[in-house]
Amino acid sequence: MLKHARQGNTITVKLDGELDQDSASRVRQELDDLISDARIKHLVLDMQGLTFMDSSGIGVVIGRYRTLATRGGGVAVRGESPHVQRIMKLSGLYSILEDAR
Amino acid sequence: MLGSPLNNTPGAPVRPRNHMRLLFDSRSENESFARVAVSAFMSQLSPTIDELNDVKTAVSEAVTNAIVHGYRDSFGEVEIESSLTQDGYVVIEVSDAGCGIADVEQAMTPFFTSQPDMERAGMGFAVMKTFMDDLLVESRLGEGTRVTMRKRISHAAGAE
Repeated sequence: MLKHARQGNTITVKLDGELDQDSASRVRQELDDLISDARIKHLVLDMQGLTFMDSSGIGVVIGRYRTLATRGGGVAVRGESPHVQRIMKLSGLYSILEDAR
Repeated sequence: MLGSPLNNTPGAPVRPRNHMRLLFDSRSENESFARVAVSAFMSQLSPTIDELNDVKTAVSEAVTNAIVHGYRDSFGEVEIESSLTQDGYVVIEVSDAGCGIADVEQAMTPFFTSQPDMERAGMGFAVMKTFMDDLLVESRLGEGTRVTMRKRISHAAGAE
């Protein structure tokens, strides 16, 4: 299970290891379980421990954003490496992310 | 699979300084194997961490495409052929014998995905294009797809 901490309507989840198409389905399922409580509006993804991410990670973030946006919330990201930043910039992901800092 | 290997790559010398070929099952678990194998092979060129990450990501995207798109309704083998050239390029071909792509140009458009229900972002080719110097996609319906990409390694040991 992914490490997480809840504070009010915000849940912070630590991602670690590698996020590719193979691991994405498991991560997606775990994140969906963690935000299944409709009172949760904000998801903060702590990417400090993420050693690799390809474009599968974009789908993971956008999918959770869609759920939380309907609750008036969203997704924020922090601790991402410059490499992950490049992939997220390429997809324009930062324009929909909330500020985690 | 589509025929004729690396020799067709424009600008690639006839005899590479090193060459390898990998064949593996179209299982998602092999995505990490593929990128680690290519990354270990190209380490002979003394790439920077950034260059390694770029190539690993591009390989990951190409192999994912082969598994998720090429073999969407079937099971087969993915082949990676890679050369390190005398002038410091890493050349990588990822091929499958899957269903092929009907419209390559459309498939390469950022955010285009044939499987929106799988939460694929449609960014695979955009990532390959951005992280590598050259990208060539050849595909024939019912026969398969071959992605050829190339990247110059800035401080390649022994490069001319």
